[in-house]
Amino acid sequence: MSMGLLRLLRGKKGSAPVARERLQILLAHERGLRGQPDLLGVLREEILAVVSRHVTLDPTKVIVRLDRGDEVSTLEVDIEVPNDFERKRVAVA
Amino acid sequence: MAKVLVVTSGKGGVGKTTTTAALGAALAQRGEKVVVVDFDVGLRNLDLVMGAERRVVFDLINVVQGVAKLPQALIKDKRLENLWLLPASQTRDKDALTEEGVGKVIDDLRSRFDWVICDSPAGIERGASMAMRFADEAVIVTNPEVSSVRDSDRIIGMLDSKTVRAEKGERVEKHILITRYDPSRAARGEMLTIEDILEILATPLLGIIPESQDVLRASNVGTPVTLSNAEGAPARAYIDAARRLCGDTVPMQVPTERKGFMDRLLRRRAA
Repeated sequence: MSMGLLRLLRGKKGSAPVARERLQILLAHERGLRGQPDLLGVLREEILAVVSRHVTLDPTKVIVRLDRGDEVSTLEVDIEVPNDFERKRVAVA
Repeated sequence: MAKVLVVTSGKGGVGKTTTTAALGAALAQRGEKVVVVDFDVGLRNLDLVMGAERRVVFDLINVVQGVAKLPQALIKDKRLENLWLLPASQTRDKDALTEEGVGKVIDDLRSRFDWVICDSPAGIERGASMAMRFADEAVIVTNPEVSSVRDSDRIIGMLDSKTVRAEKGERVEKHILITRYDPSRAARGEMLTIEDILEILATPLLGIIPESQDVLRASNVGTPVTLSNAEGAPARAYIDAARRLCGDTVPMQVPTERKGFMDRLLRRRAA
């Protein structure tokens, strides 16, 4: 273990403990999600269905994003609506 | 009682095919009757690593679809009496693997062999799920590296939920095989330790295969590493792993640097 001793003398730590900690946090999170339905997928479909009842939408222009923070997470829904949607709506009515 | 063993990992390039060939050969050398089956349809490589690439006539897909009978597709190893290969198709894709068809082939293989070793493709798609579907045991090949460990964790989740055994409420017996272990990086604290990996994956260890030129040389010449250099460190580690699969108790060897600090100092002086 001469290398270990050298490391100790130099006061440097290898990168392995960081790798271990990152993995443990990540896997705890991923294991929690396993087997659950795809939450973002479900939200996206349902939001799309509700808005489409009133406005003609391009389904590819609906973006649902979830940002996980330590305390709270934010759900961001970005829907691109064409400018002429009100005219279309009148036309349909 | 035949055993179906899947060699899997999630991540590519960690050593599944090398491991399949080496464990297959090591078990056959012990007198077990072994078939190694390539599930990597469209990207087959087990034939090449086994040195049988020019002898492939029929393949797994031909048998699954009833185009060829199983004995026509099985290739007998030229070096070992008890070792056989069922190659994958190179021209088809993985959608050709139906669950019913694969199940029938596995049943047929069970009646002819002691060990059916399934070499899984990388990924978690159809090829990988078919390779593990009928497994009794699994060897999860893992490199001491974050992305490989994460993928192994995902594969363990699949083994516990998507296999026939899991669906019947039974267990697939799982083993971790650590490959490409680099003792010098381990000594510098730059590689996940064996203890870290086993603790994170909560799965028992089958063996530790050191990073070695032997492995590359073996695939270059198309010979399982346990046959090409049987005295080398990787071969000995694979032979021990095969013994553990058979239920033997074999002390675990953790690869160490062949040249220690003092050795190098002395060698430099002598030179």
